[in-house]
Amino acid sequence: MVEVSRHDIIIVGGGGAGLRAAIAAATADPSASIALVSKVYPMRSHTVSAEGGAAGVAREDDSLEMHGQDTVKGSDFLGDQDVIEYFVEQAPKELALLENWGCPWSRNEDGTVATRAFGGMTVKRTWYATDKVGFHMLHSLFQHSMRFDNIVRYDEYYVSKLLVDDGACRGVSALNIRTGETHAILGRSVILATGGAGKVFPFTTNGMIKTGDGMALAYRAGVPLKDMEFIQYHPTGLPGTGILITEATRGEGGYLRNKDGDRFLVEYDYGVGQKAELGPRDMISRAIILEVEAGRALEGPYGAYVHLDLTHLGEEAIDAKLPFVRELGRIYQGIDPVYEPIAIRPVAHYMMGGVDTDIDAATELPGLYAAGEMACVSLNGANRLGSNSLTECLVFGAVAGEKALAHAQATNEGSEDRLRQQAEEEGARIDALRGSTNGSEKISAIRREMNTAMETGCGVFRDQESMAATIAALAPLKPRAQQLALSDSSKVFNTEIIAALELTNMLDVAEAIAVSAHSRKESRGAHTCRDFTTRDDQQYLYHTLCYHEPSAPRLSKKDVRLDHWEPVERKY
Amino acid sequence: MSETKKKFVITRFDPEKDESPRTQEYEIPVQGDWKVLDAINYIKDEVDPSVCHRWSCRMAVCGSCGMMVDGEPKLTCKTSLAEYGDTVVVEPLANFPIVRDLVVELEGFMEKFKRVKPWVVRAKEQAAEKSGGGTYAQSPEELAEFKKFSMCINCMLCYAACPVVANEGEFLGPAAIALGHRYNLDSRDEGESERNEIFRGEGTIYSCSFAHECSEVCPKNVDPAAAINQAKFSALIDWAQNLVLPKGRAGGA
Repeated sequence: MVEVSRHDIIIVGGGGAGLRAAIAAATADPSASIALVSKVYPMRSHTVSAEGGAAGVAREDDSLEMHGQDTVKGSDFLGDQDVIEYFVEQAPKELALLENWGCPWSRNEDGTVATRAFGGMTVKRTWYATDKVGFHMLHSLFQHSMRFDNIVRYDEYYVSKLLVDDGACRGVSALNIRTGETHAILGRSVILATGGAGKVFPFTTNGMIKTGDGMALAYRAGVPLKDMEFIQYHPTGLPGTGILITEATRGEGGYLRNKDGDRFLVEYDYGVGQKAELGPRDMISRAIILEVEAGRALEGPYGAYVHLDLTHLGEEAIDAKLPFVRELGRIYQGIDPVYEPIAIRPVAHYMMGGVDTDIDAATELPGLYAAGEMACVSLNGANRLGSNSLTECLVFGAVAGEKALAHAQATNEGSEDRLRQQAEEEGARIDALRGSTNGSEKISAIRREMNTAMETGCGVFRDQESMAATIAALAPLKPRAQQLALSDSSKVFNTEIIAALELTNMLDVAEAIAVSAHSRKESRGAHTCRDFTTRDDQQYLYHTLCYHEPSAPRLSKKDVRLDHWEPVERKY
Repeated sequence: MSETKKKFVITRFDPEKDESPRTQEYEIPVQGDWKVLDAINYIKDEVDPSVCHRWSCRMAVCGSCGMMVDGEPKLTCKTSLAEYGDTVVVEPLANFPIVRDLVVELEGFMEKFKRVKPWVVRAKEQAAEKSGGGTYAQSPEELAEFKKFSMCINCMLCYAACPVVANEGEFLGPAAIALGHRYNLDSRDEGESERNEIFRGEGTIYSCSFAHECSEVCPKNVDPAAAINQAKFSALIDWAQNLVLPKGRAGGA
């Protein structure tokens, strides 16, 4: 028999969005019981790795209109404009709340919060805490969340199934990693906030835990994934490891140089205009690849790269504003960025797509909400501007918490027998899989083949042929992943079975990305096709919806909300 | 990239099968630029998937992958393999109960962590939110007062190194004290007296023998030993002021 516990709201994921949702719900109703379920301790969540900052209008020379305009342009007009307007309005309030809760934002001399320049933003509106913003945000939220006795944590529980009864989501089936027992955690609404799925790619800034679990859970429960073709390649990752070097390096005045020492964003026309290094990420990543193809890159043990040069900024400025970058350069590249340029190349970083939600963070499935990177509320469209995503976690995390609470207060609990029955079945499935030697397939081998396929067809530049090849290469991996040879039969902290479940999730997400990408025969934002080189608003100004079907994903379309800014050619 | 072989002696413990921890050896090819974590991941992926460990960010910020490497507490994603010889001994963090293999029990720490009230306490308001919205003013100098102590990634290396934790498991410990002290030093916080009461209790700051091991092993230069020393001093001042002014603290102290 599975253990059953009951709460009002269940939140899956303890990063920026999940914690913000928990705090919002706990504050709005101190009598509500909120379960916060995470496969890791919350302070390990990948929000911790974000570096550069969080955007929100803070200065006299800025306005909500300008933040909105920058965001919609950055999105290549695929962002929903009602969402963007709501977001820019809430952003400063959310960042101020985080300040009130103890976040050590960097300050101006007069005691106000300091802001820095960021790619695609016309004025300095990115709040920062040196270059460890995600770390400070996550720890501030986590520590603040401990005030609330009505937030009940399930640390190191792996959610493997959504429990749906009478047409609504009313719980999750979770594997207690410590004991190996399955637990039915029941509630009247569920919020997914599990982040992105960078690990479907071989070369990514993402940590090991970013395996798209929440996306896959919702997808298999019938909720569409939206705009999955839009993968953000961050221009500056360390070759080999993929470790992120923040865009704040460029915000603070760093240069990108090719092998001749030229600032290629200035020397050649890559569409970023006067912005140069402060151009948006999609354009700069393309520029780097084109420099490589033009023979103007350098060559190292991990392939071609270009230089990120901070040497002209000086030790004092680097230590004051970019200390983590200096630390990362020293530890992971063996160079000191004060004196030497950093070798970098574009790296898979962020998913603009995710679980389709409306402006209330609600999905198509009643009782199921989503926020943060795993959701696609359509703030970011085809390309996210740097420093909008941490703020997005706060703004839409709070929305999800409040709306899920309202839903919980207005609905019933469903049938406990039926929900428990589903968790029993899920527990039995996992018990059968643990240590299973039914097949001979290896987790690491399938993962590697998936990674290779995704890099081939879903990189910075794409074409129909390579995307079709990716889809074909992924197809046999799903059945093979059902034929694993597992070696660990212990129930205690069995990380092999977690890896097996994560692999299944990643394969679903990878397929959704590839199939969605193959269907979009235009170039928009981060989706750049060599065979369809221009944006085509006549045919493709829509969101791609991808539904899970037993045979192959089914695609559909959803309108983009355009009521404020007219789509125009995206030039800087 | 140069490739050589190294032998790893890894602690194995499965409470379903083992009475006590044992070791298992793995000889694997290693790359010249690998960190210790890369070798453990290689073993997990390619040699023995039953080896269990925690890790995620591999960039020294999530705090998951602390282990004993040749007897020293290390953040394995930050520690170059090249610094070690042909045989490397990897064990779970010392001074914690073992859950499985290289995974240790963190529940005790999570409880200690919460005990120091690691959030902004305001004297008058129930909540931390500034009335009327907006941000609290804080000068760069005020920020610098506590910034260093806000850099802790909760990797637990300091608990593994601390001789007091080794003898007295209930000791609040370096990271938790540094965190409480961080809020005491924050100009936005008014909870110092509450925390000092906690600090003056059994098994907290006065249990520290100032061995300084915590600061030696900290991968983020948080210097918890300095935090404990400062906390000892301010808790004493606070106590003395309470004797004189029993209703509360003297203004601004």
